[in-house]
Amino acid sequence: MEKKKILISGNEAIAEGAIQAGCTFYAGYPITPQNELIAYMAKHMPEKGVFIQAESEPAAINMVYGAAAAGARSMTSSSSPGISLMQEGISYIAGSQLPAVIVNIMRGGPGLGNIAPAQSDYFQATRGGGHGDYHLIILAPGSVQEAYDLTQTSFDLADKYRVPVMILGDGILGQMMEPVQLSTKKIKANTFKGWALTGCKGRKPNIVKSFFLREGALEEFNLGLQKNYEIIRKKEERYEGLFLSDAKVILVAYGTMARIAKSVISQLRSIGEKVGLIRPISLWPFPQEPFNLKNKKIKYLVVEMSYGQMLEDVKLAVGGRQRIEFLGRSGGGVPSQEEIINKIKKIL
Amino acid sequence: MEKIFFRTESLYDVATHYCPGCGHGIAHRLVAEVVDELGIREKAIGIAPVGCAVVAYDYWNFDCSEAAHGRALAVATAIKRIHPQNIVFTYQGDGDLAAIGTNETIHAANRGENLTVVFINNAVYGMTGGQMAPTTLLGQKTATSIEGRQKEKHGYPIKISEMLALLPGVIYVERVSLQSPQEVLKAKRAIKQAFENQINNLGFSLVEVLSPCPTYWGQSPKEALDWIRDVMQKEFPLGRIK
Repeated sequence: MEKKKILISGNEAIAEGAIQAGCTFYAGYPITPQNELIAYMAKHMPEKGVFIQAESEPAAINMVYGAAAAGARSMTSSSSPGISLMQEGISYIAGSQLPAVIVNIMRGGPGLGNIAPAQSDYFQATRGGGHGDYHLIILAPGSVQEAYDLTQTSFDLADKYRVPVMILGDGILGQMMEPVQLSTKKIKANTFKGWALTGCKGRKPNIVKSFFLREGALEEFNLGLQKNYEIIRKKEERYEGLFLSDAKVILVAYGTMARIAKSVISQLRSIGEKVGLIRPISLWPFPQEPFNLKNKKIKYLVVEMSYGQMLEDVKLAVGGRQRIEFLGRSGGGVPSQEEIINKIKKIL
Repeated sequence: MEKIFFRTESLYDVATHYCPGCGHGIAHRLVAEVVDELGIREKAIGIAPVGCAVVAYDYWNFDCSEAAHGRALAVATAIKRIHPQNIVFTYQGDGDLAAIGTNETIHAANRGENLTVVFINNAVYGMTGGQMAPTTLLGQKTATSIEGRQKEKHGYPIKISEMLALLPGVIYVERVSLQSPQEVLKAKRAIKQAFENQINNLGFSLVEVLSPCPTYWGQSPKEALDWIRDVMQKEFPLGRIK
C-alpha cells in the first residue's frame, strides 16, 4: 500500500487514527474546541461501526462503558467541562477494568472558563480525576502527526492493560492543520476479550462490575489494580529529550507548549546558549528516566499553559537534586517565546 | 408424576439478600422465567442498577453488567448497538430510572433503542435507607419527608410510564403489580411481551412493576401488598399504557 500523506487538523487526526486503530464505537457530545472530532467520527465511522451523538457527557462516557464491556474498541472525546462531567463514568471504567480511549482537548477553566487553549486539566487527568484509587494512561501529543500515531497506540495500551487511556491535547493542537503520514499498519483485529459481554453461549456467564461488597474484596481488587499500574509505570514511560548531554538549562514542557519551547531552543542554540528540552509524552506514567541527571548545576525551567501542575511531577522526578524554575500562564494565555527567553536569561 | 414447578435455569440456586416481603426476588424470578421460556439465556445481557438490586448478577445465570446510578440505559444502548443479535435489558429502580437517570431514560426511549426495561417502582429509595423517591406518594412518610410528601414542598409523584408513552420511539409500556398471585402472573406476561418485542426488533419496551418495600414503608409484608392495592395502584393505575 502506498503511503498517503494528507493535510488534516489535530482533532481530525485523532479521529482518523482511532478509525485506523479499529475503533468501532464512538459516543460524544459537542463542545468547543473539539467539535471537528465528533463531526469526523460521524462522517467516517466505518459501516459496521456505531456513532452516537449522546444526550450528555455522562451518557456518552457510559455508552463507552457499555461498548467496551461488549468488547468493542470504543472512544469518546470532549473538552474540559465535559471531561469533568465524565469523571464518574471514567472511574467506573477503571473500576471495571475496561479498555477505552478518552480524548480531552483542553480549554480554559475553571467553570465554563473560555474556549481558548489551556493545559489546566493536568491534575485532573494524571491524578485519576474521579473517585477512588485509579489511574489512566495519559498521552500528550505534540504535533498533528503524533496525535494520529498516539491515538493508535492508546487503543493498544487500553487493551493490553485493560485501563482507560486519555489523549490530552489543547485547543491549538486540536484545531491546527499539519500534514500527516497515514499509517499502512493493518488494523489490529480486536484481541480476544474473554471477559466481554457477548451472551454466555458455551461458557459461564461474564460479569462486568466494579462493586465489591464482601469484606476485604475491594482491597484485594485494588491491590491488583495497583500491581497493574506498577507494570505500566515501568514499561510505558514515553518522552522526547533534546540536547540533554550539554544543556545548562533544560526546558520541560508538553504538548503545544513544547512546540514553543522547541522554537526557543533553536533560537538560543543558534547564538550558542546551551538549552535543552524534556518533553514528557506520557504524563502518567510521568517519565522519571530523563531527569536522572547527575550534574547539579543543571537548572530546569518548567513551562506550562497552567499555573504549575506538571511542575509538581517534575519536582518529584528531580527529587531536589537541581534547581527548578517555573513559567506559566493560563485562561487562554500562552507563554510566548520572548517571555521564555527572558526567563532563561535570568536563570543562566 | 409430572413436575409442574421447578427452578428456572436462569436463576442460581442461592439465597437472595433481600428483606422479607421485598418484591425483587419475585421480579428477578419473573425475568429469569421469561428468559428461559423464550430460550434466550445464552443471548441475554442484563444491566443491574445501583440500589438494592445491584447484585442481581449474583442471582441471574447469564451475562450481566453493572451501571452507575441512573446510567443503565446509556450502557445498554451501547451494548445493544454493538451486539444487535443479543437480548439486552435493564432492571432499574425508581430512584435510578426516574431521578438521577431521567435524562438517560428519556433519550434512550426517544431514540427508540431496541431494549427492554424492567422498572421496579416501590415509591422509595431502599438501599440508602428509605428516603423520598420521585415516585413517593403524596402523604407518604419517608426518611426525608418525615411529615409525608407534600406537593407544595416536594412536587408530585412522577409518572414515568405515561411520560415515556408520549414518545414515538417507545412501542410498549405497561404497568403491573406484584400485589397478588394473579397480578404476578400478569406481570410475567407483560415482561414476556417486552422481551418478545425486542426479539422482533420492534423498539423500546418498558414494564413498570409496582413492588412492595415493607421495610421502608414501615409495614408487614402482608400490609405492604394491601397498600399497593389500596393506595399505590390508585396513583399508578395498572394496565397497558401504550
